[in-house]
Amino acid sequence: MKAAPFRYHRPATQREALELLSQCENAKILAGGQSLVPMMNMRYVMADDVIDINRIGALTGIAIEDDHLLVGAMTRQSDLLNHQELKHRAPIFADALSYVGHMQTRNRGTIGGSLAHMDPASELIGLASMLDATITVESIQRGRRECAISTFAKYYFTPDIAPDELLTEVRFALPSGHHRHGFAEFSQRHGDFAIVGAAAIFETDIDKSISKARIVLIGVDAGPVRLSAAENILTGQKPTPDALRAAAETTQTLEYKGDGLVSADYRKRLARIMTARALEQAAGQPQRGT
Amino acid sequence: MDQTIITLTVNGTEVTQPVEPRICLADFLRGQLNLTGTHLGCEHGVCGACTVLVDGRAVRGCLMFAVQAHGLKVETVEGLAPDPQQLNPLQRAFMKHHGLQCGFCTPGILMTMTEFLRNNPAPGERDIREVLSGNICRCTGYEGIVAAVIEAAAEMRGEQTESSLLTETNPT
Ligand code: FES
Ligand code: FES
Repeated sequence: MKAAPFRYHRPATQREALELLSQCENAKILAGGQSLVPMMNMRYVMADDVIDINRIGALTGIAIEDDHLLVGAMTRQSDLLNHQELKHRAPIFADALSYVGHMQTRNRGTIGGSLAHMDPASELIGLASMLDATITVESIQRGRRECAISTFAKYYFTPDIAPDELLTEVRFALPSGHHRHGFAEFSQRHGDFAIVGAAAIFETDIDKSISKARIVLIGVDAGPVRLSAAENILTGQKPTPDALRAAAETTQTLEYKGDGLVSADYRKRLARIMTARALEQAAGQPQRGT
Repeated sequence: MDQTIITLTVNGTEVTQPVEPRICLADFLRGQLNLTGTHLGCEHGVCGACTVLVDGRAVRGCLMFAVQAHGLKVETVEGLAPDPQQLNPLQRAFMKHHGLQCGFCTPGILMTMTEFLRNNPAPGERDIREVLSGNICRCTGYEGIVAAVIEAAAEMRGEQTESSLLTETNPT
């Protein structure tokens, strides 16, 4: 099982990469390669030109600016997972990233690569949705363009990136200092693709009522699904067991699809259970089984 | 197909070789450098048998093209033992605890744990199991592997263990 032959390019600057992208007909950007290379090995993907952006130093970096987190596209998942300041400021990143593949794949896998690959089960895309991320793409022809995560998913595995565009940076809106989060995921083996995952962040007032709730589901549609009905139920409320249950119940009005692993009904049931677990963690309550 | 010349450091030795861009790092190590300790199980990133260290980090050798390692430092299982007569503490502990049966998965697991123990000298069992989830072993049931890593960590911290005593009295 070997990749089909291709021409290999290793640009040293972003400009060079963009020029190559605009010239090559059937090119692929090689970031961490943890999704692209398996697809090339299996020949689902055959590219004439492979543009390796691993040596473009300017595409790597993590910065926390006031209430935003800026991450360069080539930042490795491991580096974001182990970032000390981020662990303190928004521990949901470390929690969610620990579900992304395994140590060896996180050592290569990148943040930009995950977003550009747009796997429906991607934990990072779930976080991007929950934290209203803005994604920067650039091209020679049209320069810089910013995409909101809410319109970034065009279809399964199809982000809003044109063939001559390169994803360069992601900006996440960080929750306020006082918040709690929950993250729950069901997969066949830890680190495998999520069958269903749910994440929640509650910002709370002094009286312990929820001032802002963000809740997202992954693995259930082409892109992440923000549960705004559940967010509305909880906003301004105290996170009582009844309120949490009502919020988790809103998942049951969505449509679910079956696949080779699980039926639509099972996925629907998992959506309620994972959401309930994420909400209970975010509320600081002990987890229930179902 | 066109070849590219690459220069990289493998287990401390610099090598320069022509390579076809589509050849993955694990195939390059095995086929061109004759370092057949690195194995390939699935060739699509699932089993971990191909794990090697690149610039000190454990990566899947089947998911990186050899050309990408140009200018970088690669470590393989062949570089672990201090000399041909001796094993390193991690290898010794694997032997003692039956951390291997057929041995197919072992080089990948040793390399994974090499990075892990460098960063976590005193790991808990849970953390070991979580890291181990990136490697598949079809023989051992993992218990022996976990026990070996716990003991190797203790030995590397300088604590006396049975397998360190074993080597003191019996150097082979
Ligand atoms: S051969 Fe690389 S992960 Fe299986
Ligand atoms: S020892 Fe046989 S696969 Fe692990």
